[in-house]
Amino acid sequence: MIKYLLFFLPFIVVAAFIVMAARDRQRNRDAATIGFFRRNGPVLSTYFMVAVGFWTILIIVLPQLYMVEYSFRHNLTAAEVGGPKDVYTLANYHFLLFGRPSDNTAMNWLHIAVFFRTIIVSALVTIFDFCFCYPLAYFMAQVAKGGGARLLILCLIVPFWVNELLRAFAFKILFATSGLIDTLLMSTGLISDPIDFLKHDIGLYAGLSYAYMLSMIFPLYNAIESLDRNQIEAARDLGAPWWHIHLFVVMPFAKPGIASGCTLVFMLCAGALAAPQILGGPSSLWFTQLVYGWFFAAFDWPRGSAYAFALLLSCIIFVLAMLRLFKVSLTEIAR
Amino acid sequence: MSADVELDHVTIRFGDFVAVKSATLKIENGEFFSFLGPSGCGKTTILRTISGFLDPSEGTVRIGGQDMRGVGPNKRPTALIFQNLALFPLMTVEQNIVYGLRVRGASREVQRERADQLLSLIALSGQGRKKVAELSGGQKQRVAIARALAVEPQVLLLDEPLSALDLKLRQHMRNELRAIQKRVGITFIYITHDQGEALTMSDRIAVMNEGVIEQVGDGKAIYDDPATAFVASFVGENNPFHGHVVATDGEFAVIETVMGRLRGLNRRGARTGDAAVIFVRPESFRVGSGQADATIESAVLNVAFEGNLSHVFLKGPTKKEIVLTVGRSDGSLPGQGDTTRIGFDPRAARILPQGKLASD
Amino acid sequence: MSSPTLLRFTIGGYMLLFFLYLFGPLLIMSITAFNTPDYPQAAPWEGFTLHWFGVLFADENMMRGLGNSVAIGIGVVCLSVPIGLAGAIVMTQIYSRARGLYYVVVISPVLTPGIILGISTIVFWDRFASTIGAGYNSVFYNGFVLTVIGQASFISAYSMLIILARLQRFDKAQEEAALDLGASFTQVFRHVLIPFLRPALFSAAVLAFLSSFENYNTTTFTILAKTTLTTVLSGRIRVGMTPALSSLAVCIIVITLAGAVVYEILKRREDARAAERARTARMAEQQGMLAVGEPVSQAV
Repeated sequence: MIKYLLFFLPFIVVAAFIVMAARDRQRNRDAATIGFFRRNGPVLSTYFMVAVGFWTILIIVLPQLYMVEYSFRHNLTAAEVGGPKDVYTLANYHFLLFGRPSDNTAMNWLHIAVFFRTIIVSALVTIFDFCFCYPLAYFMAQVAKGGGARLLILCLIVPFWVNELLRAFAFKILFATSGLIDTLLMSTGLISDPIDFLKHDIGLYAGLSYAYMLSMIFPLYNAIESLDRNQIEAARDLGAPWWHIHLFVVMPFAKPGIASGCTLVFMLCAGALAAPQILGGPSSLWFTQLVYGWFFAAFDWPRGSAYAFALLLSCIIFVLAMLRLFKVSLTEIAR
Repeated sequence: MSADVELDHVTIRFGDFVAVKSATLKIENGEFFSFLGPSGCGKTTILRTISGFLDPSEGTVRIGGQDMRGVGPNKRPTALIFQNLALFPLMTVEQNIVYGLRVRGASREVQRERADQLLSLIALSGQGRKKVAELSGGQKQRVAIARALAVEPQVLLLDEPLSALDLKLRQHMRNELRAIQKRVGITFIYITHDQGEALTMSDRIAVMNEGVIEQVGDGKAIYDDPATAFVASFVGENNPFHGHVVATDGEFAVIETVMGRLRGLNRRGARTGDAAVIFVRPESFRVGSGQADATIESAVLNVAFEGNLSHVFLKGPTKKEIVLTVGRSDGSLPGQGDTTRIGFDPRAARILPQGKLASD
Repeated sequence: MSSPTLLRFTIGGYMLLFFLYLFGPLLIMSITAFNTPDYPQAAPWEGFTLHWFGVLFADENMMRGLGNSVAIGIGVVCLSVPIGLAGAIVMTQIYSRARGLYYVVVISPVLTPGIILGISTIVFWDRFASTIGAGYNSVFYNGFVLTVIGQASFISAYSMLIILARLQRFDKAQEEAALDLGASFTQVFRHVLIPFLRPALFSAAVLAFLSSFENYNTTTFTILAKTTLTTVLSGRIRVGMTPALSSLAVCIIVITLAGAVVYEILKRREDARAAERARTARMAEQQGMLAVGEPVSQAV
């Protein structure tokens, strides 16, 4: 039943807005507001409504609603659908936390560990990216002259034309036991046996930090660029040391950019699939890999949906917490 | 083919703001009619309503006797020349001119013929291939006119078309537009804030202020016989003196002002005790004594010479100085420091009820 | 060492480190494409070879994936650019109280993790298909269709933003002029608006194709039984790595650089043309001022 209601929900919302708009127009008797259909003609209006309607309702909203709805269902075969077993349940979420009753442990530590590892590593990668990229962003925005900044931007963009998979591949080559880094280290005599970077996830961390640098640099650059250079000059004239200027003049001003960059990097990192699959060690998993497993190894789509939704929720919570922490509103972040 | 345009108690509202208040007038077939007024007076709003881009909140617009309610701008027999011309930058001159024909499905030959005709009308023959970006301001102006004429509208609407041109070109174009109108013979509705333009080009003028049509009439009527204080102060140079009526005397009235009692023609029925303003044009002043109640006398603080007009700054009874704009006449201008008398013929002065002036 | 020199040294060192991190891995990878060993290796260098490029093009799965990626890319362009255009126009005209919600809804796919987009797409259409009774062979389980739809969710948003930026610079008076001359709304759209938006439509199409081509997170879920270049690649990288993959990277880099050069050349040519036109206008302006005395309408 809810399945059918859910389908019509967005249409009802849209209809409500149309009615509101029509009533507003009648009440105001404003010469300037002409109705949508009159303004665009019948052919174009239909095209616009169908295109936007299909996009917003059938491609964006309904799939999300249905994914959430599905996560509260059992994994049934086609025959069982509509039968007595087809009820709502929290079993999928229960599994994430507590695992199977046949497991020895009280809670599903395996998956919970994966979850927290994903979140924590993503947070650390975000912090690292921020620290690593901030100086360059500042340099590009305030120190480099126009032409120099453009050249730097071009240099930054070029590596990201290469597919993320190939970039992860490049890191795999670098960090493999027969890779360049181990070869160099051994040839200089620093170590005698090759270090398995990949097994210890060092390759993964390096690859993840690398992958999303661009998403950190550009918001930072945009935010810092709009800072009036005179403010920095003034602070320097007053004798403030460089670290003071950055902490108390530049960064507060660039808060929206910092929040934007950190949000992006965190979400991209937590939702990453390519880098963990390619660079992850054999005993460590990323949460997205668990989701993938439910879908295509266990063919339990409802459970996969539940895991996916849990990931989505955590990302949203993290982002909202970031906004609150930085005291930035959502509209300020929108690029 | 040409048509008349009728506005019947047209009121146009934007939310709470009333842009045009109950405008009623009839523009005759084949007339060159101007709406004259300062920025924001509502003239552009009226033009866009006649074009069909706005609906009147109340009242009716009729073109050629037909009610235009619900008729979109692409179905009306009007053509509009926009203030910024709005030529299509990605099309050539020729494509711009024949656009109206193209959307009506005219054949290529008809389009080509009409383009040639109009290009020679605006003296740009052979330049049809150029892009709009390659034209001068005056050339663009002419292309906009040709484009509008190509669809053979019954009414041509012009939205301050000359405001972007420099002075010499503007004066030249005034004559051109008038000549084109006479040749083509259709109704032209022209809006401007420049009264020189309105006076030289139009058969009749409607003077507007703050959404209200203050007066409709030909140039002479507007200039010599203004209906309200606004019209008197907006059209041409005029010297206002505020006061109240102390006596009426047939077609004359006498008003008490800071410069004493002054007499003038009372064509708009001001009564004794009413607050009123007397207006005297610069060309009506003569340096030297006039009648007892038609002379202004005071000490001269300064004289500013401006060509055919001069501003004489007189000492007034309060701290504020009185400025008279005086025309070139045989008498010489008074010198600074002199006490002077400047007189006028009461028949040349106009007494009008108190109202908003153009300078307010 | 004095303080400024120390500072400059540190900055220099930082920049070097940064760009080493940025370009290093790619450089190494490119080198391995030309090195003979079976396993991608940059050092020791054992001999120049183009052998791996041949291996790459002979790889059937890879080539099939490439073909699918191109087909999906074209499909995504055909779907997202019109949707993005409609979305942008609706954004400028929508009822003001709905605008905020509309904006959030259409931008949300950009912020949503790719896997969620993929998952929600396949789940929804699976449910839809089972409700109307369509079987597993129907279009609702077709990897192509699902991938195009899934990718279109966020790629349409990119298109919309690009087109919207250009749309907001549109002079509404041109639209009104066209209407005033008698054009119908569709004609105004075709003759005036689309030509104006053409650069943005082109940029949006290019971006759409590239975004679709390189997408992995969403595609991996929606492609179901089929493959794309990215899914084949990810499989190959995990099992059966050879320098053929490095040669793929080299090909991509070369193609992109070539594309950037071509774009720059075309842009310079267009700028030169615009400057030429402006010069003609200035000359016309001066000539006009000299010849103002002659009456224009004497001609007829």
